[in-house]
Amino acid sequence: MAISTESEFHVLAVDDSIIDRKLIERLLKTSSYQVTTVDSGSKALQFLGFHEDEESNQNRPSVSPMIHREVQVNLIITDYCMPGMTGYDLLKKIKESSSLRNIPVVIMSSENVPSRINRCLEEGAEEFFLKPVRLSDVNKLKPHMMKAKAKDHQEPAKQGPEGSETPEIQSVQPQQTPAQSSNKRKAMEEGISQERTRPRYSGLAVI
Amino acid sequence: MEVGQLQRKFVDYTASLFCEGFLDEQFTQLQQLQDESNPDFVVEVVSLFFEDTEKLLNDLTRALDQQSVDFKKVDAHVHQLKGSSSSIGAQRVRNACIAFRNFCEEQNTDACSKCLLQVKQEYSLVKNKLDTLFRLEQQIVEAGGAVPMVG
Repeated sequence: MAISTESEFHVLAVDDSIIDRKLIERLLKTSSYQVTTVDSGSKALQFLGFHEDEESNQNRPSVSPMIHREVQVNLIITDYCMPGMTGYDLLKKIKESSSLRNIPVVIMSSENVPSRINRCLEEGAEEFFLKPVRLSDVNKLKPHMMKAKAKDHQEPAKQGPEGSETPEIQSVQPQQTPAQSSNKRKAMEEGISQERTRPRYSGLAVI
Repeated sequence: MEVGQLQRKFVDYTASLFCEGFLDEQFTQLQQLQDESNPDFVVEVVSLFFEDTEKLLNDLTRALDQQSVDFKKVDAHVHQLKGSSSSIGAQRVRNACIAFRNFCEEQNTDACSKCLLQVKQEYSLVKNKLDTLFRLEQQIVEAGGAVPMVG
Protein backbone atom coordinates (compact mmCIF):
# COMPACT_ATOMS: atom_id res chain seq x y z
CA MET A 1 0.00 0.00 0.00
CA ALA A 2 1.68 3.19 -1.16
CA ILE A 3 1.16 6.61 0.30
CA SER A 4 -0.10 8.78 -2.53
CA THR A 5 1.90 11.70 -3.86
CA GLU A 6 0.80 15.33 -3.72
CA SER A 7 -0.73 15.28 -7.18
CA GLU A 8 -3.43 12.97 -5.86
CA PHE A 9 -4.46 15.25 -3.05
CA HIS A 10 -7.57 17.26 -3.65
CA VAL A 11 -8.20 20.39 -1.64
CA LEU A 12 -11.52 22.16 -1.37
CA ALA A 13 -11.05 25.89 -0.76
CA VAL A 14 -13.93 27.97 0.56
CA ASP A 15 -13.85 31.78 0.49
CA ASP A 16 -16.40 34.44 -0.38
CA SER A 17 -13.70 36.76 -1.74
CA ILE A 18 -12.91 36.19 -5.38
CA ILE A 19 -9.42 37.62 -4.89
CA ASP A 20 -8.66 35.27 -2.04
CA ARG A 21 -10.06 32.32 -3.98
CA LYS A 22 -7.71 33.09 -6.82
CA LEU A 23 -4.81 33.44 -4.46
CA ILE A 24 -5.44 30.23 -2.53
CA GLU A 25 -6.00 28.35 -5.76
CA ARG A 26 -2.65 29.48 -7.08
CA LEU A 27 -0.91 28.66 -3.82
CA LEU A 28 -2.41 25.17 -3.77
CA LYS A 29 -1.74 24.49 -7.45
CA THR A 30 1.86 25.65 -7.02
CA SER A 31 2.08 22.91 -4.39
CA SER A 32 0.74 20.43 -6.94
CA TYR A 33 -2.63 19.84 -5.34
CA GLN A 34 -5.87 19.49 -7.23
CA VAL A 35 -8.09 22.36 -6.25
CA THR A 36 -11.78 23.11 -6.19
CA THR A 37 -12.89 26.54 -5.00
CA VAL A 38 -16.37 27.51 -3.85
CA ASP A 39 -17.67 30.79 -2.53
CA SER A 40 -19.75 29.64 0.42
CA GLY A 41 -20.07 27.07 3.16
CA SER A 42 -23.33 25.78 1.76
CA LYS A 43 -21.76 25.22 -1.66
CA ALA A 44 -18.91 23.43 0.07
CA LEU A 45 -21.34 21.07 1.78
CA GLN A 46 -23.12 20.52 -1.50
CA PHE A 47 -19.86 19.61 -3.16
CA LEU A 48 -19.02 17.24 -0.34
CA GLY A 49 -22.36 15.50 -0.77
CA PHE A 50 -23.45 16.41 2.73
CA HIS A 51 -26.96 15.49 3.76
CA GLU A 52 -28.67 16.86 6.88
CA ASP A 53 -29.90 13.42 7.86
CA GLU A 54 -26.32 12.33 8.45
CA GLU A 55 -26.67 13.67 11.99
CA SER A 56 -28.58 10.52 12.87
CA ASN A 57 -25.96 8.24 11.37
CA GLN A 58 -23.17 9.09 13.74
CA ASN A 59 -23.22 5.72 15.41
CA ARG A 60 -23.50 3.66 12.29
CA PRO A 61 -20.49 1.85 10.88
CA SER A 62 -18.67 4.11 8.49
CA VAL A 63 -18.88 1.89 5.43
CA SER A 64 -22.07 3.08 3.75
CA PRO A 65 -21.21 5.82 1.26
CA MET A 66 -23.10 9.00 2.12
CA ILE A 67 -21.04 10.93 -0.39
CA HIS A 68 -22.52 10.67 -3.82
CA ARG A 69 -19.78 12.52 -5.59
CA GLU A 70 -17.03 10.88 -7.59
CA VAL A 71 -14.33 13.05 -6.12
CA GLN A 72 -12.67 12.60 -2.81
CA VAL A 73 -11.62 15.67 -0.87
CA ASN A 74 -8.49 15.32 1.21
CA LEU A 75 -8.57 18.68 2.96
CA ILE A 76 -10.87 21.63 3.34
CA ILE A 77 -9.44 25.09 3.76
CA THR A 78 -11.98 27.75 4.58
CA ASP A 79 -12.21 31.43 5.35
CA TYR A 80 -13.65 32.22 8.76
CA CYS A 81 -15.66 35.37 8.00
CA MET A 82 -18.25 34.56 5.39
CA PRO A 83 -21.84 35.74 5.10
CA GLY A 84 -24.42 33.11 6.00
CA MET A 85 -22.43 30.09 7.10
CA THR A 86 -19.14 31.07 8.69
CA GLY A 87 -16.03 28.92 8.43
CA TYR A 88 -16.65 27.89 12.00
CA ASP A 89 -20.21 26.80 11.21
CA LEU A 90 -18.87 24.80 8.28
CA LEU A 91 -16.21 23.22 10.48
CA LYS A 92 -18.85 22.18 12.99
CA LYS A 93 -21.07 20.64 10.37
CA ILE A 94 -18.17 18.68 8.95
CA LYS A 95 -17.05 17.38 12.32
CA GLU A 96 -20.62 16.40 13.19
CA SER A 97 -20.96 14.40 10.00
CA SER A 98 -20.04 10.74 10.20
CA SER A 99 -18.81 10.64 6.63
CA LEU A 100 -16.99 13.96 6.54
CA ARG A 101 -15.45 14.27 9.99
CA ASN A 102 -12.22 12.59 8.96
CA ILE A 103 -11.42 15.29 6.42
CA PRO A 104 -8.86 17.71 7.89
CA VAL A 105 -10.12 21.29 8.04
CA VAL A 106 -7.99 24.42 8.08
CA ILE A 107 -9.34 27.87 8.90
CA MET A 108 -8.07 31.16 7.45
CA SER A 109 -8.79 34.57 8.87
CA SER A 110 -7.61 38.12 8.39
CA GLU A 111 -8.05 38.75 12.09
CA ASN A 112 -5.79 37.47 14.85
CA VAL A 113 -8.34 36.85 17.58
CA PRO A 114 -7.01 34.30 20.09
CA SER A 115 -10.47 33.26 21.30
CA ARG A 116 -11.52 32.66 17.71
CA ILE A 117 -8.41 30.63 16.99
CA ASN A 118 -8.91 28.55 20.14
CA ARG A 119 -12.54 27.89 19.37
CA CYS A 120 -11.69 26.62 15.91
CA LEU A 121 -8.87 24.41 17.09
CA GLU A 122 -11.06 23.01 19.85
CA GLU A 123 -13.76 22.24 17.34
CA GLY A 124 -11.25 20.17 15.41
CA ALA A 125 -9.51 22.47 12.92
CA GLU A 126 -6.00 21.29 12.19
CA GLU A 127 -4.49 24.69 11.56
CA PHE A 128 -5.43 28.34 11.68
CA PHE A 129 -3.75 30.55 9.10
CA LEU A 130 -3.66 34.31 9.26
CA LYS A 131 -4.34 36.03 5.96
CA PRO A 132 -2.82 36.76 3.62
CA VAL A 133 -1.96 33.10 3.36
CA ARG A 134 1.50 32.28 2.04
CA LEU A 135 3.31 29.35 0.53
CA SER A 136 4.91 28.64 3.90
CA ASP A 137 1.42 28.08 5.31
CA VAL A 138 0.36 25.83 2.46
CA ASN A 139 3.50 23.76 3.06
CA LYS A 140 2.00 22.77 6.40
CA LEU A 141 -0.95 21.01 4.82
CA LYS A 142 0.59 17.81 3.52
CA PRO A 143 1.13 16.03 6.86
CA HIS A 144 -2.55 16.43 7.68
CA MET A 145 -3.64 14.96 4.37
CA MET A 146 -1.15 12.10 4.59
CA LYS A 147 -2.34 11.27 8.07
CA ALA A 148 -5.98 11.26 7.05
CA LYS A 149 -5.25 9.12 4.01
CA ALA A 150 -3.30 6.62 6.09
CA LYS A 151 -6.25 6.37 8.47
CA ASP A 152 -8.55 5.54 5.59
CA HIS A 153 -6.46 2.47 4.88
CA GLN A 154 -6.67 1.23 8.45
CA GLU A 155 -9.41 -0.98 9.84
CA PRO A 156 -12.74 0.84 10.00
CA ALA A 157 -13.74 2.10 13.47
CA LYS A 158 -10.21 1.79 14.75
CA GLN A 159 -9.50 4.60 17.18
CA GLY A 160 -6.61 5.76 19.23
CA PRO A 161 -4.84 8.89 20.39
CA GLU A 162 -2.78 10.66 17.78
CA GLY A 163 0.47 9.64 19.43
CA SER A 164 0.09 6.05 18.38
CA GLU A 165 0.28 6.71 14.66
CA THR A 166 2.17 4.16 12.59
CA PRO A 167 5.60 5.12 11.31
CA GLU A 168 4.50 4.98 7.67
CA ILE A 169 3.56 8.62 7.97
CA GLN A 170 6.30 10.72 6.43
CA SER A 171 7.88 13.30 8.69
CA VAL A 172 6.87 16.90 8.38
CA GLN A 173 8.77 18.70 5.65
CA PRO A 174 10.99 21.54 6.77
CA GLN A 175 9.08 24.70 6.11
CA GLN A 176 10.25 26.71 3.17
CA THR A 177 9.68 30.08 4.77
CA PRO A 178 10.62 32.89 2.45
CA ALA A 179 12.97 35.61 3.71
CA GLN A 180 10.17 37.23 5.62
CA SER A 181 8.66 35.29 8.50
CA SER A 182 6.15 36.67 10.90
CA ASN A 183 5.75 35.26 14.35
CA LYS A 184 2.25 36.55 14.59
CA ARG A 185 1.07 34.06 12.06
CA LYS A 186 2.08 31.13 14.23
CA ALA A 187 -0.47 32.40 16.74
CA MET A 188 -1.32 29.41 18.92
CA GLU A 189 -1.70 26.83 16.26
CA GLU A 190 1.58 24.97 16.68
CA GLY A 191 1.37 24.22 20.37
CA ILE A 192 -2.27 23.36 20.54
CA SER A 193 -2.64 21.13 17.49
CA GLN A 194 0.24 18.93 18.50
CA GLU A 195 -0.87 18.41 22.05
CA ARG A 196 -4.48 17.78 21.35
CA THR A 197 -5.51 14.16 21.12
CA ARG A 198 -8.77 13.19 19.62
CA PRO A 199 -10.04 9.77 18.65
CA ARG A 200 -10.43 9.57 14.92
CA TYR A 201 -12.66 7.35 12.91
CA SER A 202 -11.96 6.32 9.37
CA GLY A 203 -15.36 7.62 8.51
CA LEU A 204 -14.55 8.86 5.07
CA ALA A 205 -16.21 6.79 2.40
CA VAL A 206 -13.89 6.37 -0.53
CA ILE A 207 -15.61 6.07 -3.85
CA MET B 1 13.76 52.83 -25.31
CA GLU B 2 15.87 49.71 -25.45
CA VAL B 3 15.29 46.66 -23.28
CA GLY B 4 18.03 47.30 -20.73
CA GLN B 5 16.76 50.80 -20.06
CA LEU B 6 13.19 49.59 -19.74
CA GLN B 7 14.23 46.88 -17.33
CA ARG B 8 16.13 49.36 -15.18
CA LYS B 9 13.17 51.68 -15.21
CA PHE B 10 10.97 48.79 -14.13
CA VAL B 11 13.24 47.81 -11.26
CA ASP B 12 13.53 51.39 -10.04
CA TYR B 13 9.83 52.00 -10.31
CA THR B 14 8.95 48.83 -8.43
CA ALA B 15 11.43 49.72 -5.70
CA SER B 16 9.90 53.16 -5.31
CA LEU B 17 6.43 51.68 -4.87
CA PHE B 18 7.69 49.60 -1.98
CA CYS B 19 9.68 52.48 -0.58
CA GLU B 20 6.72 54.81 -0.61
CA GLY B 21 4.53 52.20 1.03
CA PHE B 22 2.12 51.69 -1.84
CA LEU B 23 3.01 48.02 -1.94
CA ASP B 24 4.19 45.64 0.73
CA GLU B 25 5.75 42.18 0.81
CA GLN B 26 2.48 40.51 -0.07
CA PHE B 27 2.86 41.92 -3.59
CA THR B 28 6.23 40.21 -3.78
CA GLN B 29 4.53 36.96 -2.76
CA LEU B 30 2.17 37.38 -5.71
CA GLN B 31 5.08 37.97 -8.08
CA GLN B 32 6.74 34.82 -6.82
CA LEU B 33 3.63 32.81 -7.61
CA GLN B 34 3.83 33.89 -11.24
CA ASP B 35 5.74 31.67 -13.62
CA GLU B 36 5.82 30.51 -17.25
CA SER B 37 2.70 28.42 -16.76
CA ASN B 38 0.87 31.36 -15.14
CA PRO B 39 2.50 34.40 -16.71
CA ASP B 40 -0.43 36.74 -16.08
CA PHE B 41 -1.19 35.80 -12.53
CA VAL B 42 -0.37 39.16 -10.98
CA VAL B 43 -2.26 41.15 -13.57
CA GLU B 44 -5.25 38.84 -13.17
CA VAL B 45 -5.41 39.12 -9.40
CA VAL B 46 -4.88 42.86 -9.47
CA SER B 47 -7.60 43.25 -12.11
CA LEU B 48 -9.99 41.35 -9.87
CA PHE B 49 -8.99 43.67 -7.07
CA PHE B 50 -9.72 46.75 -9.20
CA GLU B 51 -13.16 45.46 -10.19
CA ASP B 52 -14.04 44.41 -6.68
CA THR B 53 -12.83 47.69 -5.17
CA GLU B 54 -14.71 49.89 -7.58
CA LYS B 55 -17.89 48.08 -6.71
CA LEU B 56 -17.18 48.33 -2.99
CA LEU B 57 -16.42 52.05 -3.23
CA ASN B 58 -19.75 52.60 -4.99
CA ASP B 59 -21.56 50.59 -2.34
CA LEU B 60 -19.82 52.55 0.39
CA THR B 61 -20.69 55.89 -1.18
CA ARG B 62 -24.32 54.86 -1.37
CA ALA B 63 -24.39 53.46 2.15
CA LEU B 64 -22.95 56.63 3.68
CA ASP B 65 -25.37 58.73 1.71
CA GLN B 66 -28.39 57.24 3.41
CA GLN B 67 -30.54 59.21 5.85
CA SER B 68 -29.92 56.58 8.45
CA VAL B 69 -26.54 54.99 7.92
CA ASP B 70 -26.30 51.25 8.42
CA PHE B 71 -22.87 51.08 10.01
CA LYS B 72 -22.85 47.31 10.11
CA LYS B 73 -23.18 47.27 6.36
CA VAL B 74 -20.53 49.95 5.94
CA ASP B 75 -18.20 48.04 8.21
CA ALA B 76 -18.80 44.84 6.27
CA HIS B 77 -17.80 46.53 3.02
CA VAL B 78 -14.71 48.08 4.56
CA HIS B 79 -13.77 44.73 6.07
CA GLN B 80 -13.95 43.19 2.62
CA LEU B 81 -11.84 45.94 1.11
CA LYS B 82 -9.31 45.69 3.89
CA GLY B 83 -9.04 41.97 3.19
CA SER B 84 -8.64 42.23 -0.54
CA SER B 85 -6.14 45.11 -0.39
CA SER B 86 -4.17 43.11 2.14
CA SER B 87 -4.22 40.08 -0.14
CA ILE B 88 -2.61 41.94 -3.01
CA GLY B 89 -0.23 43.99 -0.90
CA ALA B 90 -1.89 47.39 -1.40
CA GLN B 91 -0.63 48.62 1.94
CA ARG B 92 -1.85 52.20 1.96
CA VAL B 93 -5.36 51.21 0.95
CA ARG B 94 -5.35 48.60 3.67
CA ASN B 95 -4.19 51.10 6.29
CA ALA B 96 -6.87 53.56 5.23
CA CYS B 97 -9.44 50.80 5.74
CA ILE B 98 -8.21 50.12 9.25
CA ALA B 99 -8.78 53.76 10.21
CA PHE B 100 -12.15 53.63 8.51
CA ARG B 101 -13.33 50.65 10.55
CA ASN B 102 -12.55 52.44 13.80
CA PHE B 103 -14.93 55.23 12.86
CA CYS B 104 -17.57 52.71 11.82
CA GLU B 105 -17.42 51.34 15.31
CA GLU B 106 -17.93 54.83 16.66
CA GLN B 107 -20.81 55.31 14.22
CA ASN B 108 -19.35 58.63 13.24
CA THR B 109 -20.80 59.51 9.82
CA ASP B 110 -18.64 62.55 9.17
CA ALA B 111 -15.43 60.80 10.03
CA CYS B 112 -16.51 57.83 7.92
CA SER B 113 -17.14 60.07 4.93
CA LYS B 114 -13.66 61.54 5.32
CA CYS B 115 -12.22 58.05 5.54
CA LEU B 116 -14.03 57.01 2.41
CA LEU B 117 -12.46 59.93 0.61
CA GLN B 118 -9.08 58.88 1.89
CA VAL B 119 -9.62 55.29 0.78
CA LYS B 120 -10.70 56.47 -2.68
CA GLN B 121 -7.59 58.60 -2.98
CA GLU B 122 -5.28 55.79 -1.94
CA TYR B 123 -7.01 53.40 -4.29
CA SER B 124 -6.72 55.84 -7.16
CA LEU B 125 -3.02 56.30 -6.47
CA VAL B 126 -2.18 52.62 -6.26
CA LYS B 127 -4.27 51.87 -9.33
CA ASN B 128 -2.31 54.43 -11.32
CA LYS B 129 0.96 53.07 -10.04
CA LEU B 130 0.09 49.49 -10.84
CA ASP B 131 -1.24 50.38 -14.29
CA THR B 132 2.08 52.12 -14.95
CA LEU B 133 3.97 49.10 -13.67
CA PHE B 134 2.06 46.69 -15.87
CA ARG B 135 2.55 48.97 -18.87
CA LEU B 136 6.28 48.92 -18.26
CA GLU B 137 6.20 45.13 -18.09
CA GLN B 138 4.35 45.01 -21.36
CA GLN B 139 6.89 47.30 -23.00
CA ILE B 140 9.73 45.07 -21.85
CA VAL B 141 8.05 41.97 -23.22
CA GLU B 142 7.24 43.69 -26.50
CA ALA B 143 10.86 44.78 -26.80
CA GLY B 144 11.80 41.12 -26.49
CA GLY B 145 13.10 41.26 -22.93
CA ALA B 146 12.34 39.38 -19.73
CA VAL B 147 10.66 41.09 -16.82
CA PRO B 148 13.14 41.28 -13.93
CA MET B 149 12.18 39.64 -10.64
CA VAL B 150 12.28 42.31 -7.96
CA GLY B 151 12.36 41.77 -4.23
